[in-house]
Amino acid sequence: MNIKQKALTKSLFAYHAATSPCNNCDIEILDLFTPRHDVERFGITLVGSVRHADVLVVTGVPNYKTKEKLKTLYEQAAKPCFVIAVGNCACGRIMFRDSYNSPCPVDEIVPVDAYIPGCPPKPEAMIAGIVKLIEKLKKAEKK
Amino acid sequence: MKTIFSYLIFPGFLFAAIAGLLAGWVDRKVTARLQWRLGPPWHQNFTDIIKLLGKEVILPQGARFTFLLAPYLGLLSAGLVAGVLGEAVIFHSAGFAGDLIVVLYLLTIPAIALILGASSSGNPLASVGASREIKLVLAYELPFVLSAVAMVIKCDGAIQLGRLLNYQNFFGSNIASLSGFLAFLVSLLCMQAKLCLVPFDASEAEQELAGGVLIEYSGAALAVFKLTKAVLLYAIPVFIILLFLGKDTGPVFFTLKFIALLVGIILIKNTNPRLRIEQSIKFFWGPVAALAMAAVILALLGL
Repeated sequence: MNIKQKALTKSLFAYHAATSPCNNCDIEILDLFTPRHDVERFGITLVGSVRHADVLVVTGVPNYKTKEKLKTLYEQAAKPCFVIAVGNCACGRIMFRDSYNSPCPVDEIVPVDAYIPGCPPKPEAMIAGIVKLIEKLKKAEKK
Repeated sequence: MKTIFSYLIFPGFLFAAIAGLLAGWVDRKVTARLQWRLGPPWHQNFTDIIKLLGKEVILPQGARFTFLLAPYLGLLSAGLVAGVLGEAVIFHSAGFAGDLIVVLYLLTIPAIALILGASSSGNPLASVGASREIKLVLAYELPFVLSAVAMVIKCDGAIQLGRLLNYQNFFGSNIASLSGFLAFLVSLLCMQAKLCLVPFDASEAEQELAGGVLIEYSGAALAVFKLTKAVLLYAIPVFIILLFLGKDTGPVFFTLKFIALLVGIILIKNTNPRLRIEQSIKFFWGPVAALAMAAVILALLGL
């Protein structure tokens, strides 16, 4: 594993892209930065601009408006940029599958690297998801 | 050869960058402990820089060529400041007449680089950030220069850093006198604004401007800006120590003073809400400038 990849896994800057969620997942994401879970121990921070981001944390079911915004956001991010879909909505649209304002799931808009299901997922589940993403990065480097 | 070594490696740019990144870690760690968290490991800021250097640099549509040049301008002048200050601390006789004035000028350039870069990026949020940064520079430069002038008067008109130190070695630190103490308070607040820390970080407000002046920067350019910040986080406290606490500058005492100053500004940062930009200007041009003027007058009276 070269030093660039190693540094990337140790310092993930997350940008929070809320594509019309119910705000439940978003609050749980913010829980990750509170004293109990504190993911800053692993170098993970929330950033305000997508240009600084390494990880796009997507919540909610994209509708016709946020679908375009999400695509733009992904294009604006500096590569390599990974996408994590948080919550049942972002993972598979669940009960909004046949809704009139839900054109497609998240992974048809941007390539999703990790899915974290749950409604909302517990912070522990999100940490497990991030660990899996990092392991995936390490494996990809070996191959 | 020796000059190049001292400006690029020790005590100049490289040393300042390492010390500054470690100081940045102290900042993050103390902040985390104040919030009852554990905080990042000591190498976190180095990891961030290495990661950013390996990422793509995006040139936004409509950006001017100054967009990519501005970060290096800031880093260059910050490194120079670190070199001049370090030389003065280690060899008191090093330096040239008037290097205090040169340092005061060079300390402004990183902020100007930030303004240049932000306004050439073509982003509306960055331009709001740039305009706030300009106002902030105008606000804090007056009291900062006044407090430095007070100390120059206090030290018999010495405008050379080495002579300031020598004077303090003979007659005790400037902070022990009334004018020195007032000027120290003023420059502490100005340091807070120069380092863009809360409560004076309206130009980078993460919550309202999404990074403000830095919003369009990515990859290596952002890394250079972060390095500039780190070098300044080392250089400005060192400058304050030179001006006000110059009695013992042995390595142990120097480090202790540095850490005390650093923790002081981190505590201010963590216990205050952000000021609006016009509040900052009123604050710096009102009470703070008055304090600085009082310090100058007291210094003239010899207090």
